[in-house]
Amino acid sequence: MQVLTFLIPISLILGGLGLAGFLYTVRSNQYDDPEGDSRRILSDEWDDQPKP
Amino acid sequence: MTAQVNPSLAACPGCLVVPRDAADEAQEAARLALSLPGIHCQACITTVEKGLNAVPGVNSARVNLTLKRALIEAAPNIHATDLIPELTKLGFEAHELDLGVLSATQSDKAGRDLLMRLAVAGFASMNVMLLSVSVWAGASDATRDMFHWISAAITLPAIAFSAQPFFKHAWTALRVRRLNMDVPIVLALVLALVTSLWETSLSGEHAYFDAALTLTFFLLAGRYLDFRTRAVARSAAEELAALEVPRAILLRDGVEAEVAVGDLSIGDLILVRPGGRMPVDGEVVSGQSELDRSLLTGETLPVFAGQGTVISAGEVNLTGPLTIRATAVGKDTSLHRMGDLVAIAESGRSRYTSLADNAAKLYAPGVHILSALSFAGWYLYTWDLRTALNIAAAVLIITCPCALGLAVPAVTTAASGRLFRKGMLIKDATALERLAQVDTVVFDKTGTLTAGTPQLTNLDDFYRADLELALALAEASAHPLSRSLAQAARDAGVSAAEVTDIREVPGFGTEAQYQGTRVRLGRAAWVDAPSNACTTAWLDAGDGAAPRGFEFTDALRPGAAEAVQGLLDAGKQVFLLSGDSSEAVEGVATRLGVSDWVAEALPEDKVDLIQTLFDQGQKVLMVGDGLNDTAALTAAHVSISPASALDAARVASDIVLLGQDLTPIAEACDVAKRATKRIRENFQLATLYNVIAVPLAVAGLATPLIAALAMSTSSITVSLNALRLR
Repeated sequence: MQVLTFLIPISLILGGLGLAGFLYTVRSNQYDDPEGDSRRILSDEWDDQPKP
Repeated sequence: MTAQVNPSLAACPGCLVVPRDAADEAQEAARLALSLPGIHCQACITTVEKGLNAVPGVNSARVNLTLKRALIEAAPNIHATDLIPELTKLGFEAHELDLGVLSATQSDKAGRDLLMRLAVAGFASMNVMLLSVSVWAGASDATRDMFHWISAAITLPAIAFSAQPFFKHAWTALRVRRLNMDVPIVLALVLALVTSLWETSLSGEHAYFDAALTLTFFLLAGRYLDFRTRAVARSAAEELAALEVPRAILLRDGVEAEVAVGDLSIGDLILVRPGGRMPVDGEVVSGQSELDRSLLTGETLPVFAGQGTVISAGEVNLTGPLTIRATAVGKDTSLHRMGDLVAIAESGRSRYTSLADNAAKLYAPGVHILSALSFAGWYLYTWDLRTALNIAAAVLIITCPCALGLAVPAVTTAASGRLFRKGMLIKDATALERLAQVDTVVFDKTGTLTAGTPQLTNLDDFYRADLELALALAEASAHPLSRSLAQAARDAGVSAAEVTDIREVPGFGTEAQYQGTRVRLGRAAWVDAPSNACTTAWLDAGDGAAPRGFEFTDALRPGAAEAVQGLLDAGKQVFLLSGDSSEAVEGVATRLGVSDWVAEALPEDKVDLIQTLFDQGQKVLMVGDGLNDTAALTAAHVSISPASALDAARVASDIVLLGQDLTPIAEACDVAKRATKRIRENFQLATLYNVIAVPLAVAGLATPLIAALAMSTSSITVSLNALRLR
């Protein structure tokens, strides 16, 4: 049962990471235009970031 | 969409072409919003953004496809009127939006708040479920206790944060001594947490931490869907209101100044250009023109306006500029007084109780009684408070309205999404349920079934020479009849005759010299022609012959015939109700195959007809756009108005048609029927799960595993059933 001392914190941290990631996407307005964003990937324009 | 006020931060390549001097002005950049009803794909996004970014002075333009809107950061001297022609050239319909009316940020905040709570509940329930599965899989003794304690440490703060909306709503209901859906939810949550903590501290076997969290999660999902549907409807409704930018041109000592309509006062001189809408009631001081009164009265024939003509707010000036003196402003205008009729008409909405409310009324007391009875029964049977409380908690958790909470919002979200894609906007939460019951449809004519644009009917009766002359004269005017005549003539391959000295006489017509004689195209009295009932423009070719009349009829809106046919096929009774003359109404009625029609109806008559139909037990759907329909729209069981309708009419209706096409009306009735059927099915499904699980809970056989299974499967089946509508 020693393994639980690692596994439980790991599962909690992973869950926390997922939550943090989700909150980041909400805060950076990534759900404002789901329809448009799903179409923009088809566009050749580099409209979100300058072309590398 | 970060606000890019500073042009140097603009990240899109299109902005690099913007001349810096235009953007470098010290003034604050202008933010503009355009509504783009026609965009639908990624090519549209690219074209619009490229086109807008190419306009000098535009710093950045970003299209939001979900809202069908473009947000533009531009130099302060750029106005929407500079950008709209650019988009029209690219083939996109665009309208200016008043950003002041769009309060998207506010609803955004509430939605984001719900989403955060949903996320916390979701991630916490995943972690707790992981621990619970280990317990169900056979963890025992110290390990089980540890798992329970960790679950408690995650659950308590997560619920304290996520379930706040339920706590608040339950408290507001309890404070006024009422029961709502949230009271049993909060009771179940609290009871589940208390008994689980108690059990855990006694090293007990059953803890309901996972149930409490998944319950919160599913209920929040229902709330969020519900909120989203309403937020989309609200933002689109705001958008429609924002389309009317209320400005007027005030003449102060002969100088024109653009002011807000709200700032006008009695006695002000106001200039109304052709195409403009009268902002106030008043009297014409100078100028001659024709007025389109169709939005107020339903008449299609334009009315002559000259010095001394009394005008009402809402009428549209057609040909010449008019200077008017305001006699009534703001709330005193006839536009607003007509609105008062709405307040008198009893709203169809208020007579209706939604299916969800009906279910809640049965459900909330039932659950409390059931749970209290099982507590009392088990306490009397065993005299053990712990067992009795455990069983009461299990009953509450199992009956908890997860599926009930999802049953309605999941269906309405799916149905409204489907109708929104077809160009219909559901404004009211119960509109779909009411639409499903409709058996009678009442249409307004002008502006609803007809497009409000005239269509030439007797082109073939004319000699080519006359048509060439008429085209030359018609091209010089922006009057709707002239434009329609010019369009029809050009489509027939006619080219304009050579005329000289052409001029428009506002309110009468156009006049020119042709081969040495005076030729005229205009109203009957001006060219000495007999007046007739049908909309006619007369041509005096100057050859001594009697003037020849171009006859017009009101063009049907696209899809009008299909919509009416669809409704008739579905076995609904269709009425045509209009303030226009009998001939005009009969013509449209015959073309559409509608046998029941009423002409020259006053606003009161329209309400009376709806009321009569209601008294006969019929459920009426009213479709109308004018101010004279507003009261009827309110009185009807459910109402639809096109986006081109006046603000007051759109506010009074439950559903707004966003496009030009009327076809979706027939389909909407069908979707509404199926949606209501799904809602009922969902209630039955939820009840079925309860019928199976509740006896187990009351008998004391329910374990946290059974509770989790019943809750998840019922919620998922209910959502899947709703998705069948998409």
